Amino acid sequence: MSDKYIAKYIAKSSAIASRLLGGEMMVMSAADSTFFTLNPVATAIWQAADGLTPLSEIVADHVCTKFEVDPETAYRDVERFVDELSRYGILMVSDQPFADSATSPTEAA
Amino acid sequence: MRLMQEMSQRALDLGVPMSVHFDITYRCNERCVHCYLDHDDHGEMTTAEIKRVLDELADAGTFFLTFSGGEVLMRRDFFELLEYARRLMFNVRIKTNAVMIGEAEARRMLELGVDQIQVSIYSHRHEVHDAITKLPGSLRRSVEAIRFLAQQGLRVTIANVLMTANMRDHAGVLALARELGVQYTLDPTITPKMDGDTSILNLRIPGSELNGVFHNESLVGNVEEFCAAPPLPDEDVMEGYPCSAGHTLAYISPYGDVFPCVQFPLPSGNVRRQKFLDIWNHSPELNDVRSIRARDLPVCSSCSHVGTCTRCPGLAYMEGNMRGPSTADCEKSFQRTGIRSANMIRLDGNHDGRVPSGPLIHILPLSA
Repeated sequence: MSDKYIAKYIAKSSAIASRLLGGEMMVMSAADSTFFTLNPVATAIWQAADGLTPLSEIVADHVCTKFEVDPETAYRDVERFVDELSRYGILMVSDQPFADSATSPTEAA
Repeated sequence: MRLMQEMSQRALDLGVPMSVHFDITYRCNERCVHCYLDHDDHGEMTTAEIKRVLDELADAGTFFLTFSGGEVLMRRDFFELLEYARRLMFNVRIKTNAVMIGEAEARRMLELGVDQIQVSIYSHRHEVHDAITKLPGSLRRSVEAIRFLAQQGLRVTIANVLMTANMRDHAGVLALARELGVQYTLDPTITPKMDGDTSILNLRIPGSELNGVFHNESLVGNVEEFCAAPPLPDEDVMEGYPCSAGHTLAYISPYGDVFPCVQFPLPSGNVRRQKFLDIWNHSPELNDVRSIRARDLPVCSSCSHVGTCTRCPGLAYMEGNMRGPSTADCEKSFQRTGIRSANMIRLDGNHDGRVPSGPLIHILPLSA
């Protein structure tokens, strides 16, 4: 799957707060206190956003294997989700792996 | 806001301590006349101990973390703790007098993604503020710090605790907040000292002043709405719990003691001896707090204010019974609405020696 797509990497911004609550991730932007909750699919992507794993691999490993969805649809939906979160500044997107990922050491609850 | 309420409800349903108020020191560079703390260091937790507790809080699902004191910046490791907390993805709020915050500290707080900073300001007049803090020059330094923080784009709130010494200065402090471009919040609550000493309660503003505050549009917004008579409580109100203390909120002292709330000094465990989550899940004291519903309150369940009162179970606890009334909140409900509380009626049918100005409305409990 990864060969078909332009390489894209995602990492969490360091300017956010996040915590898993009942299977859904709560995310708040430190910049403007915008508050989001992510559904289980989005939460899986969020948790995998380590800045080093290509987005296509995240979709393949964390979405297609866990949810009944075809790869094309999954990638398209995930890209839309990633674009939206990046517009709010809570997810960073690059065509190169991030040297210093802002992923958190603990997010479980 | 609705989304936040949904998550708070979910945290309540799941028994998650979504918010923790963590006093990392009781030491302070000010000596405020109304302060409820003992500022001597009786063995506060080390950097490593606090980091371990933060790990435990993250594991427990805590999202909102308030660092407070004492004065947080009295700890030399404050920024190390703040950085650690932010790495654990807490939403961090800080309560401070800001006297020790310069440009560099403000910049660091921005870099670390602090969500909100609350600064205590008692008056816009130096002679009044500095007399309360007993630190000459404190107003000048705190205001200077607020400017640094606001310049960074950080969200700052001025917290204006009202007491007899500054009860006429809230308009001045509100104007100062507007000039600085920061939020303003007023709190007329003076609590007993944590050791039970009630001598500072004589600093509470008199009822007549409280009445003025509650009927001041610039402070409360829509006065008619804010001061409206309480609606008849329904079944949901009677089955409701008094506040978030012990339900989704916990307090941790610099010595590791866990309480339901900073205003509720019911010892419920110590994180030096037990894991936080074990205390949170199994403390008999916290479970007792959680068991209380409005219908269980022996006096307040029969009060017309039961659904709208700000009754603080911690203040009630300090008065001798966590299920009893909090007389300070009875006074607030009365001054807000003109309707006397069941507790006031129970005590002597007369209030402050004056003939009550409002109607006497007293309802029977729904379960009666």
